[in-house]
Amino acid sequence: MQQLDSVRAQIIEVLARMIQPGIPISGGTRIARDLGLDSVAIMDFVMELEERFDILIPLDQIADVETVRDLSNAIEALVKDAS
Amino acid sequence: MSIFAKFEDIRQTLAGLSESGQNPLDVRFDEIRSPVEGVVDGRRVLLFGTSNYLGLTFDADCVEAGVHMLRQSGTGTTGSRIANGTYAGHASLEKQLAQFYNKRSAMVFSTGYQANLGLISALAGREDHLFIDADSHASIYDACRLSSAEIIRFRHNDADDLARRIARLKGKPGCRIIVTEGIYSMLGDTAPLREIAAVKRETNSYLIVDEAHSMGVLGARGRGLCEAADVEADVDFVVGTFSKSLGAMGGFAISDLEGFDLLRVAARPYMFTASLPPSIIATVSAALMRISQDAALGMRVRANGLRLYTGLAQAGFSLGPQPNPVVAVKMPDRETAVEFWKQLLAEGVYLNLALPPATPGSLALLRSSVNALHTDEQIDCAIAALCRVGLRLGILEKPAARITAPQAEKIALPAE
Repeated sequence: MQQLDSVRAQIIEVLARMIQPGIPISGGTRIARDLGLDSVAIMDFVMELEERFDILIPLDQIADVETVRDLSNAIEALVKDAS
Repeated sequence: MSIFAKFEDIRQTLAGLSESGQNPLDVRFDEIRSPVEGVVDGRRVLLFGTSNYLGLTFDADCVEAGVHMLRQSGTGTTGSRIANGTYAGHASLEKQLAQFYNKRSAMVFSTGYQANLGLISALAGREDHLFIDADSHASIYDACRLSSAEIIRFRHNDADDLARRIARLKGKPGCRIIVTEGIYSMLGDTAPLREIAAVKRETNSYLIVDEAHSMGVLGARGRGLCEAADVEADVDFVVGTFSKSLGAMGGFAISDLEGFDLLRVAARPYMFTASLPPSIIATVSAALMRISQDAALGMRVRANGLRLYTGLAQAGFSLGPQPNPVVAVKMPDRETAVEFWKQLLAEGVYLNLALPPATPGSLALLRSSVNALHTDEQIDCAIAALCRVGLRLGILEKPAARITAPQAEKIALPAE
């Protein structure tokens, strides 16, 4: 659980750098619809997360991700898989 | 709710673009008079945004070959090669392409888009991994979606990043397929192909290079960046288009690998679409023959690209990182880009407005391309028009120095 919180916190930290300051981000935030990121911005954001967690996040998996929570769950699984 | 509600953002963007006159996404040419001149709203414009790199769209031999074949074989094939058969022209063009690239085999597709779609989606199977440059063309992204493989982006033109990402796969099964482009169509920069080819060899991957914007433009024989970078032996598949340097329509893929022809019954965008009409095949064949015999065309388009790039750099514009026949002018923001584009059209110069998300790094760009038929005077005229608008909009601070001759060595190229 602690690790999952840490993953989520790091996702939020990276996201916060890409959007207008002051927009609140939580686990339920929908990354594209609530934050107004276009498709390329989302892929660039995912690339940042790949570096941070030293994993590969295939683009086809991103298609299933809507919220910050979905993404942290996916990353958690990929980190486990890679170790 | 309307089925089009999902496009509300697009609707608003279009409305904004149309607000002050000409919508850049809806330019209507009354007439195209030559590879360098057209007519918009009754006014002559110089064409600097056509990707018609060698200016062959009006080449007399190409036109004659097309007209002759149109009369001889009719307007179309009315079906796929699997259903309606291969015409002599399809087979001979494939042979000609294979000879041009000095490779074993070539496949002709009905568009360049379908060439990527067909090749990549068929090659990349369920356990395989596609590594694509982050700035890849939409056709490469769409091809990935159509494949069953895992898709990983690597940082644009960064071979070290590619190597790191491939290493993260560790012992996972499946083929590794790297996809890169010769000249990137938005900023006009080239891939570091030698470094990427080295990663390919070290990781035992396959390498696909899309030469859509570099065929006929780069390389002593016009074979693109693979030839210019001397890595042709490392490249497993070259993809290209007939719709730019060859002045027509269609696409192709070539390879030395045994088994390549199996894709004819595995690549769905090849199998389930009508084949190219014989008349188009004939113009492409004539254009390819011209490229094979006339190295001066490539030299001219490169010199013209250098002249435009040098002139705009000297004037103080912020450009893409390398002088090539695609020259991108970076705009401070989307609104300025739209206004600049409109004023430039009013000045008699047509180029492409490129906006995010179709551009790398969320850049708003004025994307121009030169061709081999542009004269020095026409290029200088375009530079002068860009300078006038740039000064008017406050992008340039002072009138540009008079352009004399291309002097690439005097340009300090920004780091990539």
